Amino acid sequence: MIHTAYGNTGHFFVIVAFVSAMVATFAYFKSALSSTPLDEATSWKKFARLSFFLHAISVGVVVFCLYWIIGNHYFEYHYAWDNSSLSLPTGFVISSFWQDQEGSFLLWIFWNVVLGLILIFTNRSWEGPVMAIFALVQVFLASMVLGVVIPGLDLKIGSTPFLLLRESMPELPVWKTNPDFIPKDGNGLNPLLQNYWMVIHPPTLFLGFASTLIPFSFAMAGLWLKKTKEWIRPALPWALLSALILGVGILMGAYWAYETLNFGGYWNWDPVENTSFVPWLILVAAIHTMIIGRKNATALKTSFILSIATFVLILYSTFMTRSGVLGNASVHSFTDLGLSGQLLIYLMTFVVVSVGLLIYRWKDLPSDAEEVSTYSQEFWIFIGATLLCLSGFQILATTSIPVYNALAESFGMVLNLALPTDSIGHYNKFQLWFFALITILTGIGQFFWWKRTGEGRLHTLYPPLLITLLLSAIFITVGGVRSISYIVLLTAATFAIVANGTILLNIFRGNYKLSGGAVTHIGVALMLIGILFSSGYTNVVSLNNSGLMISRSEEFTQNDNKENKEHVTLWLNRPLQMGDYLLTWRDIRVEPRHIPEYIPKSWVEIIENDFHAVALRDIVVNDKTYYKSGDTLEIYPENFYYEIEYREPSGKVFTLFPRAQINPRMGLISSPDIQRKYNKDLYTYVSMVTNPNEEGQWSATEEFTVAMNDTFFVNDYVAILDNVVRTDKVDGITLGEGDAAVKALIRILDNGQEFVLTPSFVIKDRTVGRKAEVSNELGLRAQFQEIDPQTGQFTFAINTKQRDFIVMKALEKPLINILWLGTFVLIIGFLMATIRRFRDFLKNQKKELAQLPKVKKMKPQQVS
Amino acid sequence: MKKIHIFGIAVIAIAIAIIVSTAGDASTYVNFSQAEELAMNGSNGSIHVVGKLKKDQQGQILDMAYKPELDPNYFVFTLLDNNNREQKVVYRSPKPQDFEKSEQVVVIGRMEKDHFEAEKILLKCPSKYNNEKLETTEYQASKL
Repeated sequence: MIHTAYGNTGHFFVIVAFVSAMVATFAYFKSALSSTPLDEATSWKKFARLSFFLHAISVGVVVFCLYWIIGNHYFEYHYAWDNSSLSLPTGFVISSFWQDQEGSFLLWIFWNVVLGLILIFTNRSWEGPVMAIFALVQVFLASMVLGVVIPGLDLKIGSTPFLLLRESMPELPVWKTNPDFIPKDGNGLNPLLQNYWMVIHPPTLFLGFASTLIPFSFAMAGLWLKKTKEWIRPALPWALLSALILGVGILMGAYWAYETLNFGGYWNWDPVENTSFVPWLILVAAIHTMIIGRKNATALKTSFILSIATFVLILYSTFMTRSGVLGNASVHSFTDLGLSGQLLIYLMTFVVVSVGLLIYRWKDLPSDAEEVSTYSQEFWIFIGATLLCLSGFQILATTSIPVYNALAESFGMVLNLALPTDSIGHYNKFQLWFFALITILTGIGQFFWWKRTGEGRLHTLYPPLLITLLLSAIFITVGGVRSISYIVLLTAATFAIVANGTILLNIFRGNYKLSGGAVTHIGVALMLIGILFSSGYTNVVSLNNSGLMISRSEEFTQNDNKENKEHVTLWLNRPLQMGDYLLTWRDIRVEPRHIPEYIPKSWVEIIENDFHAVALRDIVVNDKTYYKSGDTLEIYPENFYYEIEYREPSGKVFTLFPRAQINPRMGLISSPDIQRKYNKDLYTYVSMVTNPNEEGQWSATEEFTVAMNDTFFVNDYVAILDNVVRTDKVDGITLGEGDAAVKALIRILDNGQEFVLTPSFVIKDRTVGRKAEVSNELGLRAQFQEIDPQTGQFTFAINTKQRDFIVMKALEKPLINILWLGTFVLIIGFLMATIRRFRDFLKNQKKELAQLPKVKKMKPQQVS
Repeated sequence: MKKIHIFGIAVIAIAIAIIVSTAGDASTYVNFSQAEELAMNGSNGSIHVVGKLKKDQQGQILDMAYKPELDPNYFVFTLLDNNNREQKVVYRSPKPQDFEKSEQVVVIGRMEKDHFEAEKILLKCPSKYNNEKLETTEYQASKL
């Protein structure tokens, strides 16, 4: 049955949400206009609020409908079919909600509604102008998922997630024969996204995106109402919260990349990463100028510019990642939905409105009577904010290269510019210096801020400077840091920790609630140290140093034969020395859904195109029997884990399980496994495997007839028939009375290792059975063909195939835990600062409210 | 001159320096003939070349070799650029997964005497989850 009701309801409420947002925009606009009489303004505001509530309810219904469609696997809908499947566990069904553009827009709309409602209930005095901006944003966002075609013009607005398959792919021939066709299963979620981080990273990131709207709206409202300073108090806590959430969102993405993708790092300077990082940098700069904006007019003006820039950059980032302009420049941009025109209008509208308003009001903004002193807190904070902006500008200038091409193209030119090949090197060479300076300024800025230093008192900076030089000298020697730029960054970060730590100790004695800034700065400095060591001193463990000449061609022999041999080939059960470790690939394992550990693949038979497997033996893990032989169990059919044993020189053994996902549509996707030690991570991933779902091609059968203790050659190995013995047990065959079985012991020698193959020959119920034995290590299959009692000779049938192997890479990331530690410190610092500024705002609001009755009394008199 | 003006000039100077340096680091899209010219003229910056794999009538890829049992870090294939010029490409890393399925290949690197040395490969594969669209994946040769 086709469940048209949910789609129709959803689509209808998208339209309601769109229209109600428009009404709310207009009504809030009217309510905030100074030309509107006061009693009318109140009723406009009431009406606007009702419209926004209606909008909120509609958005709720839309989200519910889409979730219902996905959650109940209504595959007649394109969105459900495209993004989920029956085998998807519940947690990941949630994340298939935002896998496509439409769902992620909905998520954004949803967060805006939540934030809008909070503002309506907590901040009545700013409601009119702030919510007018909010509602306008909602109009644009809702239009992205509208999916309405304007008749006559043939203009499609937005892309709806509620399309049925037969509407989205009308060209499929199946509709002619069966218009009610519903696919049995969906496409499923991209396996890379089947990760718990992908359940919480997108909502966090989108909440971060959504929350940048709040400081922007307050800045706009401040300009509009000419409350050029007052807007900062309510906006600041939100700006801090926004920076916290956006920052956490970005870091979650980085951590996911580290854990799941195999490019070996947490940050790749990918355009998608950059376009969310730049607004964050600008937002942090805005926070700093807002803090001093009430005292300093230059900072106040800058606060307006930066609050606007943050939001506009979020829109620009949306445009870049969703319009298809990035093309092949990014690994993970969305596919083009034909929304680029709409996105451009959205972007340009807000650029024109906000910049226009700012220019219009510029002359009304205060200016400083006298020049700021070099010894003032404002000066140093301002320099810091400027550096943050320049750092953001550099990232943006490079990331926008595909946009330059598109721009040139629209003017009829061909630019053919491409992103720098060594993008990491390109960004790092700038950002390293920017961040070295920024971290130094965090220390100096705090000293000036807390009036610990100033004109004629610069000597107060000497003690932290001295401690820094001492500490960093130790770090540089112990850590073996040789590069000048790294030494500078390390010293700068150490200074930041020492200086901010000094401040922290002092404030803590007084009022710890004020120490958010110092804590955050320490977090940043710790993160930089972690990044410096883990990225700058990544050590490739898997060097191919087998000593074998792999190729005699010149490009191999040049450069001391060391040309980029960072991957090693491991053969099944063949130990290989790699750095300090002796590595052995032991087995392939699969992941059952209800057993806490991975189990060997040979224990089960995976049912094709399903998420079940049949147990080939009793499945016992940790002395607990989970399934009996022949039972069916649920597994993750795409996940294979390569059991790699690491033996340390001390004899300690640990095992890593890097994952390879075999997906029929995507081929092989590799995810690392990480051995975490306190001082470094050992990061291992497979870059190539023989497909575990395919048996491999066996060669044509070759027969060998040999006598006892004869030596023969199979596939370059020396084989010896050691013995043929009677046996009572043959796997998979029950022997009754009168049955008989023998097995041969064939010893095979290879590179100092011995393997024994034991094919059996069974006579059961007077018929002959032959139980072959396979060795994946050798790529051999031996079958006991015949026994000739006259000659005493035995015949074996041998097949050979490619031996199983994996190609893997291992890296060591030193001190990466300092990065994660810094992350937590940063989060705590931001939280402290946010709470402090919210308290400040609430206290002030109480004060204002206490004065309010007087105002109310006055106003009616004016009207009458 | 006021401090703010000096400050403003400094900011603008840094911004200009950033732009100039970005322009210098930016790579370009070329074809193999242009790449060869660039290399002959002594330019050793990295370039992007867009091309297709060489295939026979049955769609089998020709002139491609990867032997992990000998060397997992050596992959060689033949690319036809948009002018259908054939070029041997060497990529010193494991063969990217999905390589066979790709419809378009972007190699990033530089021209050597007899081959193109790829540092990075971008693959445009038929989109995993969408039949009409193409999707890009990036692969990077590892470095010591």
